[in-house]
Amino acid sequence: MSGAVLERSRTDAARLGMVDCDIHPMLRSERALFPYLARRWRDELETFGLRTRNPFVGSFAFPKATPALSRRDSWPPAGGPPGSDLSFMRAQYLDPYGIETGILQTLIPSGKDQRNPAFGAALCAALNDWQIAEWTEPEPRLKAAITIPAEDAEASVAEIERSAPKSDFVSIFLTTRTAEPLGRKRYWPIFAAAERTGLALGIHTGGSNGLPMTPGGWPSFYFEEHMANAFAMQPLLASLVLEGVFEAFPKLRVVLIEGGFAWAPALAWRLDKHWARMRPEVPHVRHPPSFYIRRQVWFATQPVEEPPDRADLRTLIDWIGWERLVFASDYPHWDMDDPQRAFKLALSDGETQAVFRDNARLAYRLP
Amino acid sequence: MTRHVVAPSAEIAPGSRKLVNVAGRSIGIFNLGGEFFALLNRCPHQGGSLCLGEQVGLVLSEEPGQYCYSRPREMLRCPWHGWEFDIRTGQSWCDPKRMRTKSYPVTVEPGEALVKGPYQADIFPVSIEADYVVIDL
Repeated sequence: MSGAVLERSRTDAARLGMVDCDIHPMLRSERALFPYLARRWRDELETFGLRTRNPFVGSFAFPKATPALSRRDSWPPAGGPPGSDLSFMRAQYLDPYGIETGILQTLIPSGKDQRNPAFGAALCAALNDWQIAEWTEPEPRLKAAITIPAEDAEASVAEIERSAPKSDFVSIFLTTRTAEPLGRKRYWPIFAAAERTGLALGIHTGGSNGLPMTPGGWPSFYFEEHMANAFAMQPLLASLVLEGVFEAFPKLRVVLIEGGFAWAPALAWRLDKHWARMRPEVPHVRHPPSFYIRRQVWFATQPVEEPPDRADLRTLIDWIGWERLVFASDYPHWDMDDPQRAFKLALSDGETQAVFRDNARLAYRLP
Repeated sequence: MTRHVVAPSAEIAPGSRKLVNVAGRSIGIFNLGGEFFALLNRCPHQGGSLCLGEQVGLVLSEEPGQYCYSRPREMLRCPWHGWEFDIRTGQSWCDPKRMRTKSYPVTVEPGEALVKGPYQADIFPVSIEADYVVIDL
């Protein structure tokens, strides 16, 4: 293997006070949500199960590389799916790597993508209560993100206002694949609530809006779906900029999670170039698009870019700005990044502290 | 280089594997149809426990849409990111020049020869009636 490899001892990692912006907790089974659901919705879940815009029930549209899309060594010995056992998560991940703060992103089940909006809202609320009761209260290193039924802005705002007062929530969570481009006004009440509560908006790859993953239609392979995660992020970010979301909500903080980051400079260059030519179409975008991205957007590192010449990774981060990257592992999913070995680049202490701790503290306003 | 007796050969049947600790190193011993191979249990990509990965065949193709399955169970996929390694060589299939996990020479020796030494077999007693897997480290 060529190039310097960043390898720190585990005690060094502990000294860093590392923040991991993307850890996935999982229900042991759907029944684990019952204590947090009203009887009406327990019956719905038990009798009919989940119905999303995904073309399949009980499965993903593509085979996700591994069972439960997880590392094969992450199945808890005591049973249950990966991510469902707090003590095993501590033993396999939080303790050995010295994670000081881990931010939970609850992907499954998706309340946002349910066909029945009221059921979706109930699922989000239940998942939020479950995160607090079963994860952040027993494990203070873990913080939670408020899952919201994002297609229903009014219900989302209600859930944000209900949950935000609990200090274990440091973020609002939704997935990239929304029914309409995310900058559209139907979603603006969510941005207003994020700004009002001071919570970061974490936008994580995934979800299903019923539309094909790529503009060219449904691809054949998971390889293509996975690669297209980065394509889902780019129009989303362009929409936020061009619809004027960052003008209207200048204090909104957005973290883009699990979409990679190599594309960010090219997108910003292209947006700035076109802004010089097409600005009159979007006169509310008063600054070059890159201005808003640098002011209000952070990029989570996973899946880390792995250019053949490691030095190119440094150039890439120089372009984006060292203050805009926040470390994310994606534990326990199969494509997770090891906090000690993912960056095949020798980082200075200052760079390490920025990417693995300080940038996230700013983005999420962590204590 | 020290020779370590790691297991009675009958303990690792064809198609199976065993994880051993030798001189502080975690090493996977694989039996492919009677031939033994030993690989360091650490993926050179991000450090996953490689030898706990799935043993799969090698799938190749002569043209798009054609799938040729070969060498059943001779490839090891890292349990983290699914990188494929050739159990016979330790080489990564996709980046064989740069990505290879350490492999160790393995032989099967009769107990009769082993008791004469010099071998390290502190883990279990060696009997002259059995054969043993020996790796050079």
